[in-house]
Amino acid sequence: MADWEVVIGLEIHAQLATRSKIFSGASTAYGAPPNTQASLVDLAYPGVLPVLNAEVVRMAVKFGLAIGATIAPRSIFARKNYFYPDLPKGYQISQYEHPVVSRGSLTVVLDDGTAKTIGVTRAHLEEDAGKSLHEGLANASGIDLNRAGTPLLEIVSEPDMRSAKEAVAYMKKMHTLVRYLEICDGNMQEGSFRCDANVSVRPRGQEKFGTRAEIKNLNSFRFVEKAIQFEVARQVELIESGGKVVQETRLYDSDKDETRSMRSKEEANDYRYFPDPDLLPVEIDDGFIATVRQTLPELPDEKAARFARDLGLSVYDAGVLSASREMGDYFEGVVAELSATHAKLAANWVMGELSSALNRDSVEITDSRVSPAALKGLLARIVDATISGKIAKDVFEAMWSDGKTADHIIEAQGLTQITDSGAIEGVIDAVIAANPKQLADYRAGKDKLFGFFVGQVMKATGGKANPAQLNDLLKVKLGGTQTGS
Amino acid sequence: MLHNLSIGELAAHLGGRQMSSVEITRHFLARIERLNPALNAIITLTADQALGAAAAADRRLGVGERGPLLGIPLIHKDIFCTDGVRTSCGSRMLDNFIAPYDATVVARLKAAGAVMLGKANMDEFAMGSSNETSYYGPVKNPWDTAKVPGGSSGGSAAAMAARLAPYTTGTDTGGSIRQPAALTGVTGVKPTYGRVSRYGMIAFASSLDQAGVFARTAADAATVLKVMAGFDPLDSTSVDAAVPDYAAQLSAPLKGLKIGLLREFFDGLESRNAALIHEALKIYASLGTSTMEVSLPHLPLSVPTYYVVAPAECSSNLSRFDGVRFGYRCDQPKDLADLYKRSRGEGFGPEVKRRIMTGTYVLSAGYFDAYYLQAQKVRRLITDDFRSAFQQVDLLIGPTTPTPAFDIGAKIDDPVTMYLNDIYTIGANLAGLPGLSLPCGFVDGLPMGLQLIGPHFSEGKLLNAAHQFQQMTDWHNHAPRGYE
Repeated sequence: MADWEVVIGLEIHAQLATRSKIFSGASTAYGAPPNTQASLVDLAYPGVLPVLNAEVVRMAVKFGLAIGATIAPRSIFARKNYFYPDLPKGYQISQYEHPVVSRGSLTVVLDDGTAKTIGVTRAHLEEDAGKSLHEGLANASGIDLNRAGTPLLEIVSEPDMRSAKEAVAYMKKMHTLVRYLEICDGNMQEGSFRCDANVSVRPRGQEKFGTRAEIKNLNSFRFVEKAIQFEVARQVELIESGGKVVQETRLYDSDKDETRSMRSKEEANDYRYFPDPDLLPVEIDDGFIATVRQTLPELPDEKAARFARDLGLSVYDAGVLSASREMGDYFEGVVAELSATHAKLAANWVMGELSSALNRDSVEITDSRVSPAALKGLLARIVDATISGKIAKDVFEAMWSDGKTADHIIEAQGLTQITDSGAIEGVIDAVIAANPKQLADYRAGKDKLFGFFVGQVMKATGGKANPAQLNDLLKVKLGGTQTGS
Repeated sequence: MLHNLSIGELAAHLGGRQMSSVEITRHFLARIERLNPALNAIITLTADQALGAAAAADRRLGVGERGPLLGIPLIHKDIFCTDGVRTSCGSRMLDNFIAPYDATVVARLKAAGAVMLGKANMDEFAMGSSNETSYYGPVKNPWDTAKVPGGSSGGSAAAMAARLAPYTTGTDTGGSIRQPAALTGVTGVKPTYGRVSRYGMIAFASSLDQAGVFARTAADAATVLKVMAGFDPLDSTSVDAAVPDYAAQLSAPLKGLKIGLLREFFDGLESRNAALIHEALKIYASLGTSTMEVSLPHLPLSVPTYYVVAPAECSSNLSRFDGVRFGYRCDQPKDLADLYKRSRGEGFGPEVKRRIMTGTYVLSAGYFDAYYLQAQKVRRLITDDFRSAFQQVDLLIGPTTPTPAFDIGAKIDDPVTMYLNDIYTIGANLAGLPGLSLPCGFVDGLPMGLQLIGPHFSEGKLLNAAHQFQQMTDWHNHAPRGYE
């Protein structure tokens, strides 16, 4: 393996989050009964004509600006001709020679912390096809054209990735970006965000690319990684045993974790692209671009950099907290009124307790049962030492389950931390008196017993003793006579 | 007789309540019943709907509503989708196709109170110059039923010539309105590309197709075009520009009009045909126009250019006819490939197949540059030729066709000869220009057409020039024997 270099390029299909289709007024909503969202245009009835949904152009331009790409002042829709039952017109309207977006890039952070910039060759607009359904129909296939005409942005990368992990990092980053831009809902299960992977291998040091195979329709990050790993192994094994990789399209079977040949280059269609005479060229002027630019949100990288710079977060934390726009918004809602010096505390809570509660109950962060303001209220009580971090976890659980504020729960359950040194000392004295053997052992050098005493004091105070104070006082008491005063 | 009245006269009678729309409609329906069997111009008669629409028009007239087309019958070329009525496009493929919606042209005329009598025969998918490629059999020319009426709008033209309706609609991709208008002695207008919506008009070659009208006179055509034309949000290639009042421009004097005589149109033109054009020019000269010869050097390339561009687009446009969702489906397909092959193989006729194959070939990898791209380049050159010609002259004049109507069966087995019939008309389609054919005399008892071509959106000027000519001549009032 060490002798081989892997070369990967991805073609990501992001379904644009418009309400209606790219060339008709039919709804794009997912999950409707078959063919209830297919208009005469989607059904390709004789005489109908496509009319471009202006929203898709705005979204494509927004994407192009976000990846620093060139926006074509004039782009052209072409027809890609082939026969298939789920392609009612017998051609797909796509952009071929003149895509709306070209030459952009995206920087990803790899596992080892290094950054790598992946080139984006182009992104073009096209319509999705329908679906063929083969289950439950004896001796027949069903065709559902609800998806036909759904707008897609096909984002084509340069062959810049050198491992399955890099490919996944790129795809994840792209996924984050399109959701930031609010141009795609990113729902991979419903197929709103999926990719084809072009994979080849070459002897390390060789400049010429190896023959590539294209793995179609990968709709999860895990499948992308697994499919590429399988395909790389297959190609290397093939070449090392004297065989040759053939250019072909392959399908990934997630049940068997393998890729299988779909069709070879020889069987590939001649798509006979030509400009679609039913649609005018898309003309985009600087004024339009400027208008769209004003709608660009703070992008993930900018947000992460700001979190690191202004809030002193680690690169890792800043990355996690900016991984989705919703996560970033939540975090900022917590930090907003909390002093920036406590940003790390807020980060830990959002990435820790909050994230695990959300995961456990499968709740989206935007629907969190503990609002940013409520979490901020809880953290404020840690900061002002009303409660300890440990108690705060219990308070958080209570907040999560009954929706009350932190103050209400602290008050109602009497959880206020004991910060009166005299009171804590009193408890310590009682604990020491009750455990003479442990005291003797500790003083004889069994340092580990310190924890035992902490536990006993906490138990006696119902966990409410201020931990820092307890630590200090306990050290003194256990240390013996020399500090008795 | 009623069927010899102009649209304006009919509208006046309706407006004055001397006649009802139902009466007029019955008259034309009776005429169609009697005369159409010999012509085969109409393939779907919608008598009941027509009488219903006529009665509705009469009610509108009864409450004081007036309109230039309100209550006046027409026949649509069967390429326009008509809601609830079979729309066959002259093909077995759509013999069973009941359109679920109205084409924009149909909807606009319907809203204006037009009464559809039926649907006109046509070359299959508008591919033909003789109306012999129709699944429903050839249309006969009323001037001589052994002759073709031209195509592809042959049914519309023959119906117009035989006075089976006050006006008919057509479409023109390479001459399909002007050529049959010339061969049947009626006035036919092909507007500027984008002037009339293509929505609901079954596509042949999208960048060339344009809907238009057949009428007896330019004045009638002006009235109809005004209603048909205009921007349609459902057709991205329709142009968002105001539609002028064509009728108001008809009487403008032609004094000072500069007419260009197209040199290329006279190469090899038979002298008797050429003489008719020169006679027409004398009439224009008497109206104060000047004439100069102009040359469009790339025009001779228009036929080969057209026969690359049009088939390329049609090969793609006709892919939707796959036997899956509508139209003809073969019996008992054994698998998907069989369904496609037999449905298309049995549903399409030979000329359609020839063009699909030609079009598929010119778009194929390895041939695209040599054919399709090259044709697009030549198309631009032809367009530029026209543009520079229109810097010197206001409109161009020439014959519409090289010969009068030819015998049924004479050219159908020789596609290239057949294609050359459109040699004078194709240029305007490639350049997107408006064109008009009007009757200018007879050769061997058969009508010949004078063609006017103008700059983009000059329909008003073309109709004006045609109307002025028709004020000085009566060729347009000649009716074929038996159809007076």
